[in-house]
Amino acid sequence: METFAFYLFAILITGLFAVTVMSRNLLYAMTSLAAGMVLISGLFFILGADFLGVVQLIVYVGAVMALYAFGMMFFDATGVIKEKNGSPFLVFLLGGMTAVLLVVIFAAPVIGHNVPSLYPPVAGADNPHAVGLVLFTKYLVPFEVAAVMLLVAMIAGIILAGKKMERSISKIDDSELETSGGKDDE
Amino acid sequence: MIGLTHYLVLSAILFSIGVVGVIRRKNLLMLFFATEIMLNAANVAFAAISSYYNDLSGQMFAFFIVAIAASEVAVGLGLLILLYKKYGTLDLDHYTMLKG
Repeated sequence: METFAFYLFAILITGLFAVTVMSRNLLYAMTSLAAGMVLISGLFFILGADFLGVVQLIVYVGAVMALYAFGMMFFDATGVIKEKNGSPFLVFLLGGMTAVLLVVIFAAPVIGHNVPSLYPPVAGADNPHAVGLVLFTKYLVPFEVAAVMLLVAMIAGIILAGKKMERSISKIDDSELETSGGKDDE
Repeated sequence: MIGLTHYLVLSAILFSIGVVGVIRRKNLLMLFFATEIMLNAANVAFAAISSYYNDLSGQMFAFFIVAIAASEVAVGLGLLILLYKKYGTLDLDHYTMLKG
């Protein structure tokens, strides 16, 4: 059963992410990316990382993709993207080789040596409980730093995207909007 | 039976898809999507190693990656909106201001 689930999720995720990278339509790319992230949370549930799966669902699918969807309202998302591409073969060769090299470099120490377990899960505790125990004892400082970073990111996002937004369109009279719209048509 | 190698190979495949996207695409929003794919591939590898070595550190780092991705999107989308308002396009080939 676990084998079947893994292969199902793996094939679906690979296909959906390939659509994201290859698609010429922005909306198709975003939708397939969101679907792939939902399925990645399925992989986390198989691995027993329940809390990480839920966080993946809430933060990635719920917040990040919704942010992209709202940000897309500023761009013309319906049209086909025209891109000038060089030789596709070279791109696939370079991209694949770089990625495989990076993964081998970072995975080799893990496979090679018998890595000792630093923080094994507490016996008898389920996954969210164990995660909380480790996160708020051993990783408390990175947690607080991440919180400050998110605050800085929120302020930066508001300031960057909110420039020249003090003129609210909903507060303008309809007649004024109609006359300005008429000017645009001419 | 599914072993750690299966997950690492899947992570490598997803990461190469992301790198191909970063090299191939010229639209800035598509570059962001490819970056998200690469971050997710790293998350899969972290969760798998964490599970097979019975160690929670991998999951911790996956959480911090999620936090970094969220803040990256918030700041990056703000910058993208500014760029689009100024130049009317998101195509990387148009941003040649630094050309000597």
